[in-house]
Amino acid sequence: MSASATKPLYVATSSAIAARMLGGEMMVMSLRDSTFFTLNEVATVIWRSADGSTALSDIVRHSVCGEFDVDFETAQRDAEELVNRLAEHGILTVSDQPIQQPPTHL
Amino acid sequence: MSCCASAAVLKTAPAPKQGVAVKIGGITVALRTSNEEFCGLLRQRYGHFVEQQATPDFEFDLELSQPFADERLDDDVQVWSDSDTWYFQRGDFYAELDARARRGRMLHLPNPYCVDAVLRILHTLILARSGGFLLHASSAIRQGRGFLFSGISGAGKTTIASLAPPDVTLLTDEVSYVCRENGAYRAYGTPFAGELATLGANQVAPIAALYLLEKAPHNRIEAVSPADAIRALLRNTLFFAHDPALVDQLFKSACQFVERVPVSRLAFVPDARVWEFIH
Repeated sequence: MSASATKPLYVATSSAIAARMLGGEMMVMSLRDSTFFTLNEVATVIWRSADGSTALSDIVRHSVCGEFDVDFETAQRDAEELVNRLAEHGILTVSDQPIQQPPTHL
Repeated sequence: MSCCASAAVLKTAPAPKQGVAVKIGGITVALRTSNEEFCGLLRQRYGHFVEQQATPDFEFDLELSQPFADERLDDDVQVWSDSDTWYFQRGDFYAELDARARRGRMLHLPNPYCVDAVLRILHTLILARSGGFLLHASSAIRQGRGFLFSGISGAGKTTIASLAPPDVTLLTDEVSYVCRENGAYRAYGTPFAGELATLGANQVAPIAALYLLEKAPHNRIEAVSPADAIRALLRNTLFFAHDPALVDQLFKSACQFVERVPVSRLAFVPDARVWEFIH
């Protein structure tokens, strides 16, 4: 059972990152351990919507499914996997409560 | 000798009276020592990068040490700061720098390469604040244009430098000095040598291209994406301080460089024909 079926997830970008859009690709670097990520288009949409107050399922439903040809269940599962992976590196915060943290300005 | 013990020694050491001024990338660092023999070693080590009459931008008092009792020469460099003071430490040296006064002290083994390491660290900090960086790369000037050849150990930095034809001026075969000046990038020569073990030319040129090296059966130049270019830049940039603000600046510098300077992959056969691609 996915997390979205139980509790909504909220995601916020960390303040300890540097990010830049270049050549159509979003690049993110952790300022803690210098880990470098390149986000694909879907991940970039989620990243940009990670304001701490919008539920991940709403981001997926309105932004991801609205822009890409993907069904909600698949997109939600992939989104949860993505945000958890990015959270492991400290560049996203994931919580089952809205996150009172200012988003990173890109 | 521990780091704390080193600090205690530095605070009581007398001020040295002689030394050399080493100018790299337009920045002059005076290295003062009371040991005449070591001063001679430094002059020999830095050759034409030694300035005879220069007003230093930074000054270091050097103090020779016997081998540290608990030294670990293979220790990684540690760099940290406390207010306006920077601290650099490895198994064979310990240094402090008052960034505001631009003065520092250093306790080190009688080996010029300890000083080399401190100079590299100092220049990474200076460059980081102005959008530049030190890059694991050989570099050269051809027809007034600067070219960088970057890669990990074994990628061919020294090989391509050693194959350079007579009309090419080598700036370094190991560590390139990339400076951002008025929004443009320039490569300076450095005394930081690799396997060639020779000083680079003390010259500077606007950077025309950065090539990411790869040995291959055929010579070819391939486009790389901005993300791959930035990833390669970050991987090959010398940086020692785990300071979030400086890491942020380094990331911005890499992005700005890639936006401004063409970056390509140069797959090459290790013979002189590769230079037909570089002009």
